[in-house]
Amino acid sequence: MSETILEINHLSKFFGKHEVLTDIDFSVDTGDVTSIIGASGSGKSTLLRCINLLETPTSGEIIYRGPNIKKIKGGAPAYRTKVGMVFQSFNLFNNMTVLKNCMVGQTKVLHRSKEEAKKEAMKYLEKVGMAPYINAKPRQLSGGQKQRVAIARALAMNPDILLFDEPTSALDPEMVGEVLNVMRTLAKEGTTMLVVTHEMAFARDVSNKVVYMNGGVILEQGTPEEVFGNPQHKETVDFLARFRN
Amino acid sequence: MDRISQLLNDVSATLSSSYMQYLVGAGKTILLAVIATAVGCIIGLACGILQTIPSEKDDNPVKRAVLFVIRAIIRIYVEVFRGTPMILQAVFIYFGIPYFFGNGARLDITFAAYLVVSINTGAYMAETVRGGILSIDPGQTEGAKAIGMNHFKTMTSVILPQTIRNIIPQIGNNLIINIKDTSVMFIIGYTELFAVHKAIVGAKFIYFPSAVIEMAMYLCMTVICSVLLRFWEKKLDGPQNFDIATTDTLALTSGMNTYIKKNKREDIHR
Repeated sequence: MSETILEINHLSKFFGKHEVLTDIDFSVDTGDVTSIIGASGSGKSTLLRCINLLETPTSGEIIYRGPNIKKIKGGAPAYRTKVGMVFQSFNLFNNMTVLKNCMVGQTKVLHRSKEEAKKEAMKYLEKVGMAPYINAKPRQLSGGQKQRVAIARALAMNPDILLFDEPTSALDPEMVGEVLNVMRTLAKEGTTMLVVTHEMAFARDVSNKVVYMNGGVILEQGTPEEVFGNPQHKETVDFLARFRN
Repeated sequence: MDRISQLLNDVSATLSSSYMQYLVGAGKTILLAVIATAVGCIIGLACGILQTIPSEKDDNPVKRAVLFVIRAIIRIYVEVFRGTPMILQAVFIYFGIPYFFGNGARLDITFAAYLVVSINTGAYMAETVRGGILSIDPGQTEGAKAIGMNHFKTMTSVILPQTIRNIIPQIGNNLIINIKDTSVMFIIGYTELFAVHKAIVGAKFIYFPSAVIEMAMYLCMTVICSVLLRFWEKKLDGPQNFDIATTDTLALTSGMNTYIKKNKREDIHR
């Protein structure tokens, strides 16, 4: 049974006088893999950052399992433990080893014991294939490896939903595959994911919902078949055509 | 040549009669400089944490007012203590307090010296730490926030450890400046290395040989400190290589591994 985890109502965001997001409405159910696609500058990343409150929405509401997130006890930090985020530029903590990166949130924020945190961290590091590298520092890893650690770090917090902000855009082409494979596995296991991506194959084959954004508005949303197979707007057709060839 | 051998004679004569005084003076100098620099760093880091608490337009007015006041106080502290000579700060604290509250309120000389140098260093360190924090990629803060850390945890677990690594050269500057500049504490009668020089010169009428001894001692202390700081810097960087944590020996042939202990390597080939 899927229930709605996240609901976004009439969200807009201004940077100064410039309106980046206009009246965004959509919702995420458990187990959904939602891909947000669109040209650069269409507001995809800003939307994701608003959902994680890294940017403060100018107006509108974000509802997480019932209450508006502004009313959640513990404020933004408490809410963020439930909503994991994977960044384009990895943002691993440079002063810590791979293992420590995956443990620090568990021990400092969730107050788990060291043993428990290590067990949990190892579980996810093994899942992303980074268990042999637990003693490495981020600067000693390749981009693809860093991103897999970043995914393990987010998973180790046992979030309800995982946000991906263009997770493969900063990677060399040969490393994109290893990260996408991890994401495919997660999708199969029923992890709820919200993915901003330029990987159309991923959006089409892995996700069950596709959101197309253009100029700060959601122009189209639906199943991959609907959006890729039968786009309703000229902009969508043009955008998709650029990826076909 | 004549003058040089004369100088050497004078130096050794001065040393043999008063080496204890010099050593005690040097000890007091280095202790004052090291402890005051350490306290200054703590003040600087605290200012760094407080200064960077984010305030946003939709926070409640009380919080915003408190943050404004904290920032103003830090700003004033930095400007006043960085913008006035340490020698006068010592005078203000050591002689100013008794002027208002009577001689009973006079601080202990040693305590006053430590206090003044610490506060003065703290003012410089506050700016150094601020610069250090600004130099850390904002992505580090976002990464920490994204796993639910609040401002304090973000700072103490992620940002400040990296900041400290980056500002060690500046901490070294402050330490070395303090070793030399604590000499102004003679104004309140604190007998560190330079005060020893003045006392010995006054008693023995040999000015230059004592200055030579002082020069050599100051240089020794500063060089040792900078070597130790370099060492600390290296240590914070951690090892250049890492060990692959796996029992799968094939992983070691993947080319990702840069360092295997010699005996381990033999094990693999056996």
